[in-house]
Amino acid sequence: MHNESLSKKNVFHLKKITGSKAFSTFTAALLAILLGLVFGFIVMLIASPPNAVPGIFAVLTGGFRRIADVIYYATPIMMTGLAVGFAFKMGLFNIGASGQYTMGMFFAMYAGFFFNLPRGLHWIVCVAMGMLGGLLWGLIPGVFKALLNVNEVITSIMFNYIGMFLVDMWIQTTPGMYVADKARTAYLPASAQMPSLGIPNSGVNISIFIAIAIAILLFIVLSKTTFGYELKATGYNRHASTYAGMNGKRNIILTMAIAGALAGLGGAFAFLAPSSIPGSSVTYEPINVIAPNGFNGIAVALLGNSSPIGIIFSSVFISHIQRGGTQARLFGYEYEIIDVVISVIIYFSAFVMLMQEVAKKALRQLLDSLKRSFGKKGAEKASDAQPAAEIMAEPELSEVEKEGQK
Amino acid sequence: MEDNYIIEMLNITKVFPGIVANDNVTLRLKKGEIHALLGENGAGKSTLMSILFGLYQADSGEIRKNGKVVKINNPNDANALGIGMVHQHFKLVEIFTVLENIMLGDEPTKLGFLQRKQARERIMKFSQQYGLEVNLDALIEDISVGMQQRVEILKMLYRDNEILIFDEPTAVLTPQEIDDLMEIMREFARSGKSIIFITHKLNEIMAVADRCTVLRKGKCVGTVNIKDTTKEELSRMMVGRDVSFSVNKADANPGEVVLSVRNLSVPSSIHKTNAVRNVSFDVRAGEIVCIAGIDGNGQTELVYALTGLERPSGGTITLCGRDITRASIRNRSKTGMSHIPEDRQKHGLILDYTLEENLVLQRYWQPEFQNKGFIRFDAMRSYATRLIDQYDIRSGQGPVTIVRSMSGGNQQKAIVARELDKDHKLLVAVQPTRGLDVGAIEYIHRQLVSDRDAGKAVLIVSFELDEVMDISDRILVMYEGEIVGELDPKTTTVQELGLYMSGAKRSTVKEMSYA
Repeated sequence: MHNESLSKKNVFHLKKITGSKAFSTFTAALLAILLGLVFGFIVMLIASPPNAVPGIFAVLTGGFRRIADVIYYATPIMMTGLAVGFAFKMGLFNIGASGQYTMGMFFAMYAGFFFNLPRGLHWIVCVAMGMLGGLLWGLIPGVFKALLNVNEVITSIMFNYIGMFLVDMWIQTTPGMYVADKARTAYLPASAQMPSLGIPNSGVNISIFIAIAIAILLFIVLSKTTFGYELKATGYNRHASTYAGMNGKRNIILTMAIAGALAGLGGAFAFLAPSSIPGSSVTYEPINVIAPNGFNGIAVALLGNSSPIGIIFSSVFISHIQRGGTQARLFGYEYEIIDVVISVIIYFSAFVMLMQEVAKKALRQLLDSLKRSFGKKGAEKASDAQPAAEIMAEPELSEVEKEGQK
Repeated sequence: MEDNYIIEMLNITKVFPGIVANDNVTLRLKKGEIHALLGENGAGKSTLMSILFGLYQADSGEIRKNGKVVKINNPNDANALGIGMVHQHFKLVEIFTVLENIMLGDEPTKLGFLQRKQARERIMKFSQQYGLEVNLDALIEDISVGMQQRVEILKMLYRDNEILIFDEPTAVLTPQEIDDLMEIMREFARSGKSIIFITHKLNEIMAVADRCTVLRKGKCVGTVNIKDTTKEELSRMMVGRDVSFSVNKADANPGEVVLSVRNLSVPSSIHKTNAVRNVSFDVRAGEIVCIAGIDGNGQTELVYALTGLERPSGGTITLCGRDITRASIRNRSKTGMSHIPEDRQKHGLILDYTLEENLVLQRYWQPEFQNKGFIRFDAMRSYATRLIDQYDIRSGQGPVTIVRSMSGGNQQKAIVARELDKDHKLLVAVQPTRGLDVGAIEYIHRQLVSDRDAGKAVLIVSFELDEVMDISDRILVMYEGEIVGELDPKTTTVQELGLYMSGAKRSTVKEMSYA
């Protein structure tokens, strides 16, 4: 009897630390990053063995020498990451962040070129237009999903292409937007560019603060409001949210519209950034390529576990690795190899997060069945030790599970 | 006496990571006896039988057959030792015939060609000997569940098994089929076969078993002779305390009509026909109406239509005088409907939410719990604390426990608490005690009766006959999507109810005077 109560005490103590959600998410993310780096290093070893060590070192630390750029490039992927993560909270896989981003970019640029507004107001209107563009491009797949039950993955992939080709066509056929002999957009007027933070040789600007503010706002919406409650409930269990009388259709449309608006903001932030050379601006080349920042958003969201706060950090991390990658060129690595390394790191980072989700789910199901079958105490013990062996033991336990379900 | 045991499982211990599923359990099966294995959910019955059938290996302890130690590494070993099992979920190939299913895995062949005739003769012999009539050429998908069970039994006989394990065989059967099965089991015992009968239904044990071994939380509580024991003692052994079986309730005092259903039809999700056909009935305040019937006769669809999860194809539903046939779920809830759903994990709970978040699932939008769209966490916490206290919902960390980690009984209690505490006129409860043990069943039944006594209309759908007979004030029997009879639990018998449920009997339209 005495023994039992003692072990129970221990259990609670351990659980307090390891059981907290933030802790397990954080450790999982670190683990994922580590695994990504290991595989990235292997790729560098294969490509050019003698340079691998300094190369990976450059990837890891290069960003520290260009912190302003890290922040600058983190902003758009923070927004697309939020666009993916927010929808994912509701169980929607918004793979269309690229299209929404491109649409947002176009709307913002259009306002930049053709709206004649005073300085100080112009860029704000451009940002708002970018949000509107993305919103529309998220809304349409949302409507299809809600009213016709068309899978949002399929629609949003299609909308990536439709958005990209439309925008490329519109840009090339709109006089005043496109410089044909340079095959890129014209320079935006200075009034349309976002206020710079004044760091030399860097485009870092006020948008990072807006992005972080939006992430915090989303965090509040998700954790404090009835809308967030409904959204997460639907994401966890669609059937139960229907049973509880939640308006699933409205929520799907709303979520996709918000997600689209977030990605659209990303597009606006990326292209309304101020240029360090007076008289120029960030430009877009309509070369029929789907914006990679949209897909990077998926990696950002996965690494950040779809949590708005987590996404702030994961976007900075991925941007950091990307900046570091450019430094690796100094060690003779080609652009393509660096891209491969970065992709491998991102891929594995995201991949392990997915694996962790799968493992967590399997573990939960296992615990669940054990708890139902054997009472609370035993399962509490089981939840303390979570070695992989336990997860592997699950199929063996199917009989027990069956009994639990009776 | 000692040598009479055909199978002995001695001091079996099986540990799963973190839990002892079987703790030093001993089970001795005599030749020619029917030995019941009784225990609550999760007591370790299935684990023990899985060890005997070779699905798991025991960590310690030994199995003896006729006094000799044997090693059972897989079901084939078990088969070779003459051990056969009828699983709770049948293992049959739906698109094969009965004959093909029985011979599957042990087919007589000649030069690689199947010898169906040989197999057929062999099966016919068993079928006649034990009165197990089946149509050998019918496809499994076309025959009833009771028939499918016979096929499973014939499979064991075909393999010359002499030790037969039945895992909860009566759960899917009608009363008549249960009687038939009991007779078959007795016949087996008479002819020298030994039977292990897993169940948690005490009546069946009293009716058919010779001895009974009771497990509780993985431990062996004891083995008793059925002749020398009572139902009460068995349940005390199983649960560890006294349990009352009959529901204590006063006579119903029905008031005005709360729910009124007229000519309701609901489409089937599987077939092109209607799953519910032209159903009409009323439920009044202060009465418990049970819809009895075998699973799959349209009950689920009926409830889906009542609660708004599915659109009816015809007819009207009126709740408290309001036509709610096409109302949204939220609207029905506001009009006064509470719903304890059939599948608590699919519909009733958000397993990854905390207990408090689940307790406000039907009410989070009310002013009490939100202010301009912001959740009032303090109100939610104090409300949850009150319900947890009042309904005795047990969990690891109180209001902040993740519901997934709670036991099934407490999950169900949480739903019951939420639905009963909500302002309601009508309670629709589907299988409210499914999968729960005797103690939790007793509790839920008490709550349902007190809800009725508080003047609510209660509509229960149940597949458990005992539950239907015990708790209802009025019984409606559903068969193939129609209500085929209205019975008074005080005057009817389980047998009569069974006849209605199996479609053998139905009331004339005149008796059902709703138009």
